Amino acid sequence: MPGPAQPPSAEFLRRPGRPVPRRLRTRHLAWTLAATVPLVFLGVFFAWPVLSLVGRGFWDGGPDLSGFAEVFGRPRTWRIIGLTLAQGAIGTVVSVLLGIPGAYLLYRCRFRGQGVLRAFVTIPFVLPTVVVGVAFRALLRDNGPLGFLGLDGSFTAIIAALVFFNYAVVVRTVGGLWSRLDPRPEQAARSLGAGPARAFLTVTLPALAPAIVSAASLVFLFCATAFGTVLVLGGLRFGTVETEIWIQTTQFLDLRAAAVLSVVQVVVVGAALAVAGRARSRRERALALVEAPTAPTRPHPVPTVITALTLVLLALPLIALVTGSLRVGDGWGVDHYRALATTGGDSALTVTVWEALRNSLAVAVDATLLAVLVGGLVALVVSRRPRHPVLRRTVAVLDGAFMLPLGVSAVTVGFGFLLVMGHPFGISTDLRTSGILVPIAQAVVAVPLVVRTVLPVLRAIDPRLREAAATLGAGPGRVLATIDLPVVLRSLGLAVGFAFAVSLGEFGATSFLARPDRPTLPVVIFRLIGLPGADRYGMALAASVVLAVLTAGVMALAERLRGFGGEL
Amino acid sequence: MRTILGAGLVMALAACSVTTPTADESSSDGGTVTLVTHDSFHLSDGLLADFEQRTGLTVKQVAPGDGGALVNQLILTKDSPLGDVVYGIDNSFATRAIDAGVLQPYTSEVPAAADAAQYAPDDSGSLTAVDMGDVCLNVDTVWFADHGLAAPTTLDDLTAPQYKDLTVVTNAATSSPGLSFLLATIGAKGEDGWQAYWSALKDNGLKVAESWSDAYYSDFSGGGGGGSRPIALSYASSPPETVTDDATGPTTAAMLDTCFRQVEYAGVLEGAQNPEGAQQLIDFLLSDEVQEDIPGSMYMYPVSSTASLPDTWQQWAPLSDDPWTVDPAEISANRDDWVRTWTDLVVG
Repeated sequence: MPGPAQPPSAEFLRRPGRPVPRRLRTRHLAWTLAATVPLVFLGVFFAWPVLSLVGRGFWDGGPDLSGFAEVFGRPRTWRIIGLTLAQGAIGTVVSVLLGIPGAYLLYRCRFRGQGVLRAFVTIPFVLPTVVVGVAFRALLRDNGPLGFLGLDGSFTAIIAALVFFNYAVVVRTVGGLWSRLDPRPEQAARSLGAGPARAFLTVTLPALAPAIVSAASLVFLFCATAFGTVLVLGGLRFGTVETEIWIQTTQFLDLRAAAVLSVVQVVVVGAALAVAGRARSRRERALALVEAPTAPTRPHPVPTVITALTLVLLALPLIALVTGSLRVGDGWGVDHYRALATTGGDSALTVTVWEALRNSLAVAVDATLLAVLVGGLVALVVSRRPRHPVLRRTVAVLDGAFMLPLGVSAVTVGFGFLLVMGHPFGISTDLRTSGILVPIAQAVVAVPLVVRTVLPVLRAIDPRLREAAATLGAGPGRVLATIDLPVVLRSLGLAVGFAFAVSLGEFGATSFLARPDRPTLPVVIFRLIGLPGADRYGMALAASVVLAVLTAGVMALAERLRGFGGEL
Repeated sequence: MRTILGAGLVMALAACSVTTPTADESSSDGGTVTLVTHDSFHLSDGLLADFEQRTGLTVKQVAPGDGGALVNQLILTKDSPLGDVVYGIDNSFATRAIDAGVLQPYTSEVPAAADAAQYAPDDSGSLTAVDMGDVCLNVDTVWFADHGLAAPTTLDDLTAPQYKDLTVVTNAATSSPGLSFLLATIGAKGEDGWQAYWSALKDNGLKVAESWSDAYYSDFSGGGGGGSRPIALSYASSPPETVTDDATGPTTAAMLDTCFRQVEYAGVLEGAQNPEGAQQLIDFLLSDEVQEDIPGSMYMYPVSSTASLPDTWQQWAPLSDDPWTVDPAEISANRDDWVRTWTDLVVG
């Protein structure tokens, strides 16, 4: 039997020739099961639909890869790839440059109203793109408040919107680590005569580097695959690989071209994930070393000013939204909010906006439960560091695989669902039209966020704690319940909040699968905005404000439940 | 404490879950008919319920996409159709759906079927016209009055210097009115002339927005969103929506010489589980109760000549007497090429 300091699993792996004790066998089975459930979920609800659709593009009575030569022969393809990379790179750089001061102010310092601001910066991240498009265009068009800048329909406008969406990712990722960074090295540098800038650049920044790189990779991923933003603000002139896949699939039904572009996208996304993975693993090791919560510091003026300005810029589109929703004819009023209890005159909607909100909440509950269950299992499995190289690599692949849904086109997933989810495995009801796939599709999107929130916390648990518990006679279940669970539950609040908020705002996959008689709030907003009549437009804006307020509320609640910070 | 709160939250969430099937799934007695539509399908309260009561059918709706996406989804799911009947395929995509074999012929015998027949895309009987509308440029009449400028009336007016920087249209590759307007210009200027026309439009400060709502609310000065351009691509049926409480008429008008007629069709899907139910539903869509509801609920005109129009439409939303047309077979053969050429030429 293993000695007291040896983790049992390592012993089991090192001597495969030995007869395996029954207890270890059960444990092995439990871990396999914990890994299998999420894998089957991802396989059935993501890989299968996506591969079926992409496969059609490469199969024409036989394997057909001629699409590659054709698509890469079009000059437009190269321009699109260039634009995608440029958008990803510039959007990321700006988000990081603005996000680091924000992380400092919102997570390193302490002041009243901080929680509200933290929740506030997250609103854009989960707002439906159609709403953000309306808000941005209201600001930027010729006669809008910022029309004098001449940015309407420009590349700059797209970058601004991408930063608007992704600022929170940087602030949370970097801030989460910063709040727990040991302040003593920086204090030591200061007492040795280094100025604040020098101390920051030579001591703090290197310590934050892994978190910054990790955030940057995520933001790059979000920017390079942005769809709605690009389409609403720039259109085809600034098309990306994602918008091009959308056009080729929905407008031209050119599955060959779409399949080739999907491969291109997966390559780009895979590269970003590889960088993110490396940065994360370095960071998570570092995390384990940091214990003490940091003492609050008085805010430095430079980052404070930068952050204040950024927050004003973040607020502008949201203010435009609120102003629009209160505008009634030539005056002001809350008529549009009152109209939310109606179906929009001439019954423009099948349900009132409040009923749609209730549908949204109900779907979000299911999506959240699924995402937390699956994401929690993934995080649990991936958090282990098996010594056997093959197992370790398997764990790393598992980690990466669950990030892929963030990087694959919603159109591909949506069309794929329609293709394979009719009567899968001999199920008698048509799943595509049953409405059951809506929360599932939303969960697929939310799982990576749950994993990224819970995983760093699990990894930060010193493995020796578990070993000690095991040595003292605790079974594996008891170790999980007494060591891992209490720590996880605290970060789970944030994961639940994120999954819930993402589900509330999700539109892409939902629009493919939603039942018209049971629409969600974003679907209703989209419908209202697509109808003539100033009153319905006002209603759509009012409904968007409700969605934003709700999202902020959910995030604020999640903040309160949060113990350790996750990455987001 | 937090642990308890967290666990409590999870349990509370579990309690109000919706995955358990709701009652409406099991209320059918005469069978279910599944209607696949675009996102804009909508009828006034009670109409569908009456139909269900009368026929014993339960109507289930799915709306997986709009315009071209809807047709492409039907083609992709041909082996396992999404439903029994489709509504919302328009004349710019009709022949693609017919050619792909996703529809089975059905000729309705209700009175309005004769009216519908004039709009048939071909003689295969695969698609039944249900409603129609004109995609036309709209002008903000108040703006033109304020600026002492005569509102434009023809396509050629739009390239005149006095109307520089005043027009917004939507993208032909991503929006269905945009595609219709491209077809209008092809109908007007011919295969050889439309590109030169668009170049002239572009030189005259044309703006291309991505969607109808984007153009109408963000860019159009007459749409209520406070935009700056007084000429926007919309529908002949849009002006009645701009009648203000104190005004005696609409503040906008359609340019009836710039219209393309859009026709929306319904058809029975090949492989339908309930083809009889599908046929009954098509008959229902042609009944005057639905036909008269269409203007108010879907902003389209009925095909039935016996259905009466709302007063505001009779007054302020006339259809074009002579809309531009392009042969459906021509559209089917060239649409993708035209859209790609248009994209290169206008969007860049």
